[in-house]
Amino acid sequence: MIEVENLTKRFGTKLAVDHLSFTVQKGEVLGFLGPNGAGKSTTMRMVTGFLPPTSGSIRICGTSVIENPTAAKRHIGYLPESAPLYNDMTVTGFLNFAAEIRGLTGTAKKEAVSMAIETCFLESVARQSIDTLSKGYRHRTCLAQSLLHDPEVLILDEPTDGLDPNQKHEVRQLIRRLGEKKVVLFSTHILEEVEAACTRAVIVDRGRIVVDGTPEELKEKSGTGSLTDLFRQVTTRDTEPETSEDAA
Amino acid sequence: MKDVWTIYKRELGSYFGQPIAYAIIVIFLLLSMVFTFTLGNFIEAGDASLTYSFFLYLPFVLMVLVPAVGMRLWSEELRSGTVELIGTYPISLWSVILGKFKAAATVWLIAIALTFPIWITVNWLGEPDNLAIISGYIGAFLLACTFLAITLLVSAFTRDQVICLIVSSAICIGLVFATFDPFVRQYSKTFSPEVKDAITALGVWDHFLSLARGAFRLQDVLWFASIIIASLLGTSAILSAKRS
Repeated sequence: MIEVENLTKRFGTKLAVDHLSFTVQKGEVLGFLGPNGAGKSTTMRMVTGFLPPTSGSIRICGTSVIENPTAAKRHIGYLPESAPLYNDMTVTGFLNFAAEIRGLTGTAKKEAVSMAIETCFLESVARQSIDTLSKGYRHRTCLAQSLLHDPEVLILDEPTDGLDPNQKHEVRQLIRRLGEKKVVLFSTHILEEVEAACTRAVIVDRGRIVVDGTPEELKEKSGTGSLTDLFRQVTTRDTEPETSEDAA
Repeated sequence: MKDVWTIYKRELGSYFGQPIAYAIIVIFLLLSMVFTFTLGNFIEAGDASLTYSFFLYLPFVLMVLVPAVGMRLWSEELRSGTVELIGTYPISLWSVILGKFKAAATVWLIAIALTFPIWITVNWLGEPDNLAIISGYIGAFLLACTFLAITLLVSAFTRDQVICLIVSSAICIGLVFATFDPFVRQYSKTFSPEVKDAITALGVWDHFLSLARGAFRLQDVLWFASIIIASLLGTSAILSAKRS
């Protein structure tokens, strides 16, 4: 379970995340929506213990990320936004390394790696060097490393970014399936993903949550039944000056 | 400690899975032997020791080659974003730093150990003081580790490997030349003796040469160890500060 309270992050004078609070329960898939620069990635980086927050508290399965980061990190599987990987390793080599870092050894490690390879459809490239992989495979390799230790909490930053429609579909199915037994928090720009994969969604704008509800509730709120309309109503566009009226 | 070992294995595999470690080891062996047989007059000198024929020239070779091994350690992680993976794994930053440092130090341990034919040769031609030679080898390895720790610190600042290479080489070159005799003679004319002594105490020659001569003094080992530890602590501080 993820419990975030009054989370704030300041970069210099810029307020990236502004007193954000939310909780995600077991069996829930929370979609994090919002325009670019709304603070989605920053929030996820704080929840995973990569960035220290300016203020606020984060608890993962009851363990504070700020006071006890190593213990909290054990519960989390994380897919960073750009799906970073060690290009000089093979897919299997990298997954073995990640499994060892997660404390897996011997047959447990072997099983975890082959399970992750199977779940993310990586069999055909398992022996290949990572720098020769296409973007879809790179993304799935990074997704595979987040599943190795069968974490209770999965945090995925734009998991379908850069994938083709088939791959997007598979990843959404996977998120749905994983969400039944885990806590899943994932961010996206693609509004149709909310209906395809989420049990709940929040829209973040300029570091604050502006809408929170199930996909059905969100549709109702929009008035027109379209999530795109709701999204345009509640978020600020970076192309318009903040004070001007919406000409369209 | 298990985490250090996991990181160590990955880094070492990455050095030897690519041409970089082999290339640098070969260049190191070539350069150190070229110096020994030309400037060092190894054969003509008729001196059964390695101090002034072999060890004397090592700082010049190491000051540029060591940063080439260390430059990728953090720069590459920062550039590719893998620092975000490492930062969210349940391991301490300190074990990652130690693992990386030890892996690069192993590359240098291998490189320096591979100069063993010169040791065999000097034993075959004469009767050298082998303890002095061991002391010299320890000095060479400590010097490589010191330059490596400095490079590791610089690489934590930048995601650009070339900048890391240039800056850390410049620092190592500075440390070598600040106390290199011809230079010391020059600046001792301008500076007062106190300033001159302060600069000489900072540089590597005094400490490295006493080890190379076989005078194993605690203060020299402490000098190397303190620079290494300070650089590693600095690396940890920089990386933590970068995240906030």
